[in-house]
Amino acid sequence: MSDKKKELKPNTYKFDTLSLHAGYQPHKNAGSRQVPIYQTTSYLFDDVDHAAALFNLERGGHIYSRISNPTVGVLEERVASLEGGTAALATSSGMSAIFLTVMTLCEAGDHLVVSSQLYGGTVNLFRLTLPKFGIKCTFVKPRDTEGFKKAIQKNTKGIFGELVGNPGNEIMNMPEIAKIAHDAGIPLMVDATYQTPYLCKPFEHGADIVIHSLTKWMAGHGSSMAGILVEGGKFDWMQNDKFPTMTKPYEGYHGLSFAEEFGPTAFTMKARAEGMRDFGPCLSPQNAWNVLQGIETLSVRMKKHCSNAEEMVKYLSKHESVAWVSHPSVPDHPDHELAKKLLPNGRGSMIAFGIKGGKDAGVAFINNVKLASHLANVGDTRTLVIHPASGTHSQMDEATLKFAGLSHDMIRLSVGIEDIDDIKNDFEIGFRAARKPRLVSNQ
Amino acid sequence: MKFKVNGHEVFASTGGRPFDKKKPLIIFVHGSGLTHMTWVLQTRYFAFHGYNSLAVDLPGHGLSSGASLKSIEEMADWVSDVIDAVGHKEASLVGHSQGCLVTVECTSRYPNKIKTLSLMGGAGAIPMNPELLSLAENNDPKAVDLMMDWAHGPAGHFGGHPVPGLYHINTGTMLAKSRTIQNTLGVDFRACDNYKNGFEAAKTIKCPTLSILATDDKMCPVKEGKKLASLIDGSQVDIIDNCGHMMLLEEADRVLTVLKKFITTNYPPLSS
Repeated sequence: MSDKKKELKPNTYKFDTLSLHAGYQPHKNAGSRQVPIYQTTSYLFDDVDHAAALFNLERGGHIYSRISNPTVGVLEERVASLEGGTAALATSSGMSAIFLTVMTLCEAGDHLVVSSQLYGGTVNLFRLTLPKFGIKCTFVKPRDTEGFKKAIQKNTKGIFGELVGNPGNEIMNMPEIAKIAHDAGIPLMVDATYQTPYLCKPFEHGADIVIHSLTKWMAGHGSSMAGILVEGGKFDWMQNDKFPTMTKPYEGYHGLSFAEEFGPTAFTMKARAEGMRDFGPCLSPQNAWNVLQGIETLSVRMKKHCSNAEEMVKYLSKHESVAWVSHPSVPDHPDHELAKKLLPNGRGSMIAFGIKGGKDAGVAFINNVKLASHLANVGDTRTLVIHPASGTHSQMDEATLKFAGLSHDMIRLSVGIEDIDDIKNDFEIGFRAARKPRLVSNQ
Repeated sequence: MKFKVNGHEVFASTGGRPFDKKKPLIIFVHGSGLTHMTWVLQTRYFAFHGYNSLAVDLPGHGLSSGASLKSIEEMADWVSDVIDAVGHKEASLVGHSQGCLVTVECTSRYPNKIKTLSLMGGAGAIPMNPELLSLAENNDPKAVDLMMDWAHGPAGHFGGHPVPGLYHINTGTMLAKSRTIQNTLGVDFRACDNYKNGFEAAKTIKCPTLSILATDDKMCPVKEGKKLASLIDGSQVDIIDNCGHMMLLEEADRVLTVLKKFITTNYPPLSS
């Protein structure tokens, strides 16, 4: 028997356990092992005093499902726990999570520095919609780390980007860009939808707010729209006078200062108290429950997504019909080394590749694959393909497409968890058609 | 609000209401390495119901300046100085964990000033695990991780925060890491370990006293809390099932209900 003293180790639950259990206590829910779906709009007050206490944020609880709901609350806590965050707020979609984040942070007259490699809908939000609210943005290419620094203005309130850009797979140097943001006294907001907390925990690399479209890998099943913003809890809102709506008395809650009262959860509290109250992009309890079912198997699915993606990278790289392949696992990918650091558990399942024959070949490929689904989503358990220039990013003009790093031969592939041989066989059908587009289209 | 004590700026949350000298004063004293924010689910209620609610950041903690105080006795004197600094002659004290040692000592030293005493997760002495103490004094973040593990009961480890969307353990971790660990948690743990007067101080307390204890509290077990309470004349004890040391978050509503009844009965609010 060893007389060596046993080292003290914290026994807080690990990732796989939190995926199944965090945010929920059965003994407080009639012993129900599964999270109940609280399909209700509103909640009884014990008395007038209780009602006032809830409205004044004197105590925790639920008032109205636009603001919070017990089923949605479990999802919020579960994702916060997985990300290593202090708090989270679930929304009806990933886009509403981004919008709510920006509207919690900014006012008219403010400015944001934004990565140019984003989902097309996000580009349009920053480029066209936010200026209507008086919020302007400067776009910077994700690899231009110094460009983020140069773009910061006096009225800049934050930096926003996708950790791995959509659809070109360009990776932001998150630790360096976080330092630039923090030196300027502003937060870094990262959309980490492609990674999920299984592949990367952005808070460990300096991010302050993490956003997910839960519709994608987190849920996995492609059945439900959902989004979430998660707060890291480290950002000091009181370090400067840039965020008066966080630090000064807020008229909407009896002069409450969110930063003073709630510290590491201040941003989420404000996003809920103000944003959900005034904009109302709430998540339905049924969809929250559906997403929870997906999260239960997140690590198992992500391992399979990543191993299938690496197999597909090898297959595509050698294929005669493929001009180029972009995935962070490829050694000559410009961000290969950065990906090793930021994505130690796998480089994700999004692949972009160029098909020989350009746009016509791309169209033929998409029109002829049978197993892979042609649709405007990513992160399903099923393999998905799309031609961005004619699909997700079709609302962009030629110049914007070029700035976003898109080409007409690009196909975006979201690798599913089917048997890898079946995916490859399906692609062979697509490639054969792409080589003879006219013949196939006449069939 | 901010004010000065012994030349150093002190931050205290007023629970979202302006400070009003006419209202009775309740001072909330946080535990080792933590801040005023641990009290958010109690302080706001009292602030909206006829009290001046002051959740202080001890010196060197949270938003308060100065260096951390090195002994429980110094902290006890400091709490008395806070009462003077805000222009009051008396107060009701509420403490959690280390805050219980501080408020017990303060009540014993200043019996005329302290009108009621509420102890959460309290004990007469809090000897520290030597390895945990060493980790904290050496600025090792593992000290915080261990504290968060031990401070939450089995149920609390799953989450289930009363405020939707907040995750207990990560929030506590961020609070404890918000300043340099060795200067807050390290100094506090050493102060707890050194303090030996808790039981003697308790014997001198004559004001109404409440102890809220939790069945799954590993840091200040129920038997230790009961031992302390037994030394205080007429002390009330309330025990919460299925809850750990962070009862003010894990079972915030239960704690508030018990605390509300005790304080409003023994130290009534200013009626509106």
